[in-house]
This record gives sequence, C-alpha cells and structure tokens, in this order.
Amino acid sequence: MRRTVPLLITGIVGVVFVVSYFIPHKPFSNLNDWFSDWFSIVAACAIVLGSLNLILISSQKVARRKEDWGYAVVIIVCFLITVIAGIAGGRGYQNTGTAFEWLYRYLYVSLSSTMYAILAFYVASASYRAFRARNIEATMLLVAAFLVMLGRVPIGDVITQFLPEGARISDFQQWIMDFPQTAGQRAIMIGIALGLTSTSLRVILGIERSHLGGGD
Amino acid sequence: MSRRTIEIALVVVGLALCTLAYLGKKNVQGWHSGFEFSPTTSQIVIGLIGLSLVWILVRTLQDKAVGRRTVFLYVGIAIALPLFMSIDQDIVISENTRHVYESLGELPPGSKVLVSFDYDPASSPELQPMAEAFLAECFRRDLKVIMVALWAPGAIQANIALDTVRARLGLDTTELVYGEDYCNLGYQAGREFVIQRMGTSFEAMFGTDVRGTPYRQIPLVRNVRNFSDINYAFNISAGFPGTVEWVQVAVSRFGLKLGAGNTAVQAPQVYPYLRAGQLQGLLAGINGAAEFEKLIGLKAVATTYMLAQTFAHLIVIAFIIIGNIAYFRGERETKLRGRTQ
Repeated sequence: MRRTVPLLITGIVGVVFVVSYFIPHKPFSNLNDWFSDWFSIVAACAIVLGSLNLILISSQKVARRKEDWGYAVVIIVCFLITVIAGIAGGRGYQNTGTAFEWLYRYLYVSLSSTMYAILAFYVASASYRAFRARNIEATMLLVAAFLVMLGRVPIGDVITQFLPEGARISDFQQWIMDFPQTAGQRAIMIGIALGLTSTSLRVILGIERSHLGGGD
Repeated sequence: MSRRTIEIALVVVGLALCTLAYLGKKNVQGWHSGFEFSPTTSQIVIGLIGLSLVWILVRTLQDKAVGRRTVFLYVGIAIALPLFMSIDQDIVISENTRHVYESLGELPPGSKVLVSFDYDPASSPELQPMAEAFLAECFRRDLKVIMVALWAPGAIQANIALDTVRARLGLDTTELVYGEDYCNLGYQAGREFVIQRMGTSFEAMFGTDVRGTPYRQIPLVRNVRNFSDINYAFNISAGFPGTVEWVQVAVSRFGLKLGAGNTAVQAPQVYPYLRAGQLQGLLAGINGAAEFEKLIGLKAVATTYMLAQTFAHLIVIAFIIIGNIAYFRGERETKLRGRTQ
C-alpha cells in the first residue's frame, strides 16, 4: 500500500499531463489545472517543511554541542529575526520601508551578492592555473574564449576598428555564439530531452521507483 | 615577511578595495558628488597596471610565477578602480538587444507587459540594472506592467527596481499609479507549473498581490484572464525556473510573445530558442543591460559597470597568456633536460 498509492498517483498525474498537452480540452484540461494547483500547494508546504527541518537540525546541533554549533546558533537567530520581521509587517511585509524589506535590502542582498562575486576571483585564478593550450582542442577552446571575452566588451572593437564592419572581434564573437555554441547547446538539449523522456516514462509506468526511497 | 603577515595585508587591501567599490557605487547612483579620476589620471593608472603585468610576465620568464593571491589582487583592482574612471566606451548594440527594444516599440501605449523576476540577490548586480532599464522604458512608453516572480526573492527585487526607476524618472505616486500603471503580483511557489496554470488562469496562481489586495480589486489585472490578454512578456532569469521554462510552457504551448534578460553564464543556454524565433530578443549579462541603456538613452549603472567588466576580461586574458607562457617555458625546459640526460 505504501508503494502502490504513490505509484498510482505518479502514473495518473503523469498520464494526465502528457495527454492534456496534446488534447487541451475537457476533461484533461480541468484535470491538468487541478493537478497544477495541487503542485503549487505541495510546493508551498515543502517550503514550510524545509524551514522547520532546518530549525530542527540546527537546534539538535546546538543541544548536542556538535562541531561548529556556533554557526547553528547564528542560523536560528537570523531565521527567527527574519520570521518575526515578516510577521510583524503583515500582508505587505515585502513592501518598501518594512523591517523585513530592510533586512532583505541591506543584509541579504549585500551578503548574497558578495558570496557570488567571490566567484570572479576563483574563475580568474583557475583560468590562470588551468587554461593551457596543451593540444589542438584546448587551443581552439582558448582562442574561442579569447574572442568571446574580447568581443563581449567594447575594447574588442576598439582594437579591431581598422578592420571593416563584419570582420571585427564582436562579429566573430557573435558568430561563435550563434553557430558553434548554439549547435553544441542543441546537441546537449536533445540529449537531455531524450534522457528525460525515457526516465519520465519509466517513472510514470512504475518501472523506476528510486524516488520512493529504499530501491526496489 | 611571514605568510600570515602577507595574508593580513591582503585582507586589508581587499577591504580597501571594497570600500573603494562601495564609494564608487554611491557615486554611480548619485547619492553624493564623490570623486572621479580625470582622464589623464585614469590613463596613468591603466598604464601602471599594464606595466605591472609586464613585470609579472618578466618574473614568470625568470621562473618566478605569481601565486593566486596576486591574481585575486589584480581582479579586485580591475573591478574597483574603473568605478572611479571617467572613460567613455563605445558600446556596440547587438541584434538580440535591439530585438527587445523593437518589440517594446511595436506595442501601442496601454499594452500589458508581463515581467517575471526569476532571480535572487546573488545575480542582482547583473540583472537588476537590466530590470531597471526595462521598467524605465516600459513606463516611458506608457506600457502597463504586471510583475510576477517564480523565485521567492523576485517580488522584493521588483519593488527595489521600481523604487530606483521611480526615483530616476522623478515620478511620484500620482504619475505612476499602483494598480493602474503597474502592479506586483508577488511570488508563487510551483516553478514551471505556475507558468502552466497562468496559461488558463492568472487569478488561480495569484489570488492577491504583494500588498494583499485581491486580484479582482486590482484594475490593471481585473480583465486579465491568461496569457492571451498579455501583449508582451519579459523574463529576467538567473537559472531554474527561468527563460527555458517560460519558452517551453508559455511560448510553445500558449503562444506568448517573450523576450528575456539572462545572466551571462545562462545566456548561451537560450541561444537555440533565439535562433528558432521562440524568443523575441535577449539581454545577455551586464553587457546586454548596457546595450539596452544605450538604446533608451540612459547612462546608468550597467554602462558604468561595463568598464569594470572590460578591465576584468583584460586581466583574465593577461593572466591566461602569462600562465601559458610559463607552461610552454616549463615544457621546453623539461624537453631540454630530457635530451641532456
């Protein structure tokens, strides 16, 4: 029963979504809408569940004085402050001037942007240490990278302004993006789509059951 | 000098650079007069950086390769210093950016534009200038903007963008009326299923806006049932769910006319849709935002950031060249040593 019911739900929902794509009429369209609404409800509940799980795990870490438990205290305190600020703001807690919005704008935005910005340093360092013209393929990649990096910024055209229009670095950059890059992306997308289709069919038909946990 | 001292010194330099970047940002947004290098000083600074790179190259040729901390320092300099430089760059407009601009130009005043804010603060330095420029152009053309978010932080990012645009255009609440000229329907969980449901009913997914006003009481969206009532949509995205999902569901299934603004990292993934005509233009990264600013005649954040982008690209290219010179030199010496033995 514990396996049959989830498998049935998966199968029915999967078949309805597939059929309603090709036959967008009643009763499939209604069922499609109904399942979509349910998906949003389940997704919203998952956010609450995830938050509670985070607090539970962090609390356990603090209670048992596990390694780095101090960070767990920071998580709990920040979580509570944010939740209280949100609740205090009422329905319009995201509006400009509320405590929640202040926390978001002046703490979260700055911290999150900083974390992401650090990538620039690592990308530069990794390029310096690992981007080598070891063979033909690597050299081609390197040349393409140079052309794209220069072509994406105005200096590229400044360097090649003596060349006629259509033969400058930005044009080469655009050509690389439009043709070799797009062709590569399409190949990847088709591969992913085929893989997804076969996996989805296996899930809908109940052959693939790993998402239920515990294997077959 | 001990390693610890060097690290502390680097942290101090890093903090100094951050302070410079912060002051530079304030300068960009016009909060204070700030200071700016003259063109001559800017050229001298650039020359000094260039010379120091030549010195690093010479050191590399002497088998004294620089460490990653030096690379970090140069990237920091490349990003921070340009914020103080008064160098105008001639930004070339790409076809993809022009398509977004032309799509807006084809819409008659009063048309409804759906803007989806599918990103978080991590990508906001790249996408927020895009959002601001796009919203400014919509309001300038008297287009009605309906904002939604498939990412939880998107709703506030939309509010922040609106505040900036309102301040930049000098519009008060009587000139740009909430609920009539624009509205923010907020975030809805459910990823691409939200898009799918919007295809049949917006109200089913967004019962209220971010202020808690019921959908039916918002004049702008009262008569908007689904995508067929939307004239143009623009997705600002940093990943999943984002442009790919909007194309796959809203464009291919419901025939929505869609343009997009993506991070530079994500942009290559949507090129197949551009080439297939499923996307009506693309703003790719801060470069795309700067191009759009140029098209609408606005010199704002993205245009200023482009100088930092140029410097950063040049620094990365310089270090790749230096790294390869060191590599080939090492290879050559290994071969020579092999022959000698």
